[in-house]
Amino acid sequence: MEKIVKGKAFVLGDNIDTDQIIPAEHLVYSLSDPEESKKYGHYALSGVPLSQAGLPGGGLTFIDGEGHTSGYNIIIGGANFGCGSSREHAPFALQVAGVKAVIAESYARIFYRNSVDGGFLLPYETSAKLNDQIKTGDELELDVIANVLKNITTGNTYNLRSLGDILPIIEAGDIFKYARQSGMIV
Amino acid sequence: MSMTITEKILSKSSGRKRVEPGENIWLNVDVLMTHDVCGPPTIEIWKREFGKDAKIWDKDKLVIFPDHYIFTKNPQANRNVEILRQFADEYSIDNYYDVGTERYKGVCHIALAEEGYNIPGTVLFGTDSHTCTSGAFGMFSTGVGNTDAAFILGTGKIWEKVPETIKFTFDRKLPPYLTAKDLILQVLGKITTDGATYRALEFDGDAVFSLSIDERMTLTNMAIEAGAMNGIIAADAVTESYVKERTNKSYEIFNSDPDAKFKNQYRFDVSKMEPHVAKPHSPDNLDTVRNVQGTKLTKCYIGSCTGGKLSDFISAAKIIFGNKVKVPTFIVPASTSIAKQMEIETISGVSLKQIFENAGCVVAQSSCAACLGGPMDTIGRATDGESIISTTNRNFPGRMGSKKAGVYLASPLTVAASALTGVITDPRDFL
Repeated sequence: MEKIVKGKAFVLGDNIDTDQIIPAEHLVYSLSDPEESKKYGHYALSGVPLSQAGLPGGGLTFIDGEGHTSGYNIIIGGANFGCGSSREHAPFALQVAGVKAVIAESYARIFYRNSVDGGFLLPYETSAKLNDQIKTGDELELDVIANVLKNITTGNTYNLRSLGDILPIIEAGDIFKYARQSGMIV
Repeated sequence: MSMTITEKILSKSSGRKRVEPGENIWLNVDVLMTHDVCGPPTIEIWKREFGKDAKIWDKDKLVIFPDHYIFTKNPQANRNVEILRQFADEYSIDNYYDVGTERYKGVCHIALAEEGYNIPGTVLFGTDSHTCTSGAFGMFSTGVGNTDAAFILGTGKIWEKVPETIKFTFDRKLPPYLTAKDLILQVLGKITTDGATYRALEFDGDAVFSLSIDERMTLTNMAIEAGAMNGIIAADAVTESYVKERTNKSYEIFNSDPDAKFKNQYRFDVSKMEPHVAKPHSPDNLDTVRNVQGTKLTKCYIGSCTGGKLSDFISAAKIIFGNKVKVPTFIVPASTSIAKQMEIETISGVSLKQIFENAGCVVAQSSCAACLGGPMDTIGRATDGESIISTTNRNFPGRMGSKKAGVYLASPLTVAASALTGVITDPRDFL
């Protein structure tokens, strides 16, 4: 687990569902083939309506051109991030695109579980609404030990909620590593 | 100590006398279900983690329904079905329902019910968010991702946080112009798309227990649209009779104790309700049909695990009978059994299938089809600029295909009435 995550913010609205994170027509690609799975990065967040992509202004592309990695690697969301389908392809696509953490007011259950149990990214919760305080492109620094988000661009800092019950799984890496460490499976 | 149905089932599954909301517990899983979109990556993770000699914890408890991307030329989608086929062959999975054979069923959640996998009192996990549908049988059922499913595949166990329960009681008798879809849309309007996150939704009341199993599944199916972990309806004589016709497996009926603790309780008098829609682009964007009537449409769609059951087609056929549709209208039976029933079930001597065909509808093969957009050649897929009314479950941007389309969610009665006029229409105008 990285203790400090640094990167540029990509800011989104409330209720970003998994179809916006990775549209259903792309769920056909292999997730294990190193080349083919890059398509998930390429199409990450391609379902977000353009006016809502990269707030506050919108109209920004998360992935440029033919690439599969993004210049933004911390997502700032609102309420109910990751709602909708059970597709694990959603946190996987964000991971392939280079996203290290999502910071949102709340998450849909399955997206949250998938992010943690699959070890794809850190799903941080915040009691304050941050998607109208942080702008896309702001330089952020996330302290995973102190649970503090610093906006380098503005100088503001925000306290995040502790990762709580799921921290042991995150520290282990994923649900399998956690189960092995705790002796559940060999 | 008093408990809700969900708490009782989770106690049993975790081998404990009682559980409390908020506790993290390990459950013993009775059935794991997967399909063509999430099955192949689940199998890959399982092999990666458990090695070459990976063993399925109990292959009789694994059920695989290819159903999502079936009738497509997309090579990667077809490759996924081929991966399932080879896996089922290699591990002798009896509960595999292959495409292109007599065994092919169609949409997993409905097939689980029809094939006798839904057993009151048991615990079912599936790699699909609408796995909550099975809760209509007084069982705990919920969706998970590939990693959790792979973990279950190897161990038969999974952790879960015991949810608090929110109870919805629907009193009195459902009027003929309403279906379960109108009820669940109002639940969503009331508590919104995250109103039940990490919670159970329990449905109760005379109106619920007078519903058929088909209609009960519409309620539990859309529990996930409120963010719920599971939806649940206590099993009764209707459930028992449905289950006994399909399986000899033993079952256990649980009811919430009279003094069980609920997070919240809501009560509706259904006799006073009117037809509702969810407007673009969210299932909780509730309005009455009267308020949006006259909205121009380019397409009507009746299908999916939510709105493609036999009861949905009977409702729609009552309105469509003897009329012609004004806009392209797609009829997609959720399962092959429903498709067969549509040829047998009649109104005034005409089969449901014939009623739809005579009206000019396109009757498609059973699968998830355009409910979730899917590959570009998916029948009924939404294109740019379309305005669609549908019996499906989600209308987020792009859910049915193009993100430049707008989708209204409604009951099969409302969609059928709208198909006949080409604009959103209250079914009471035809009943």
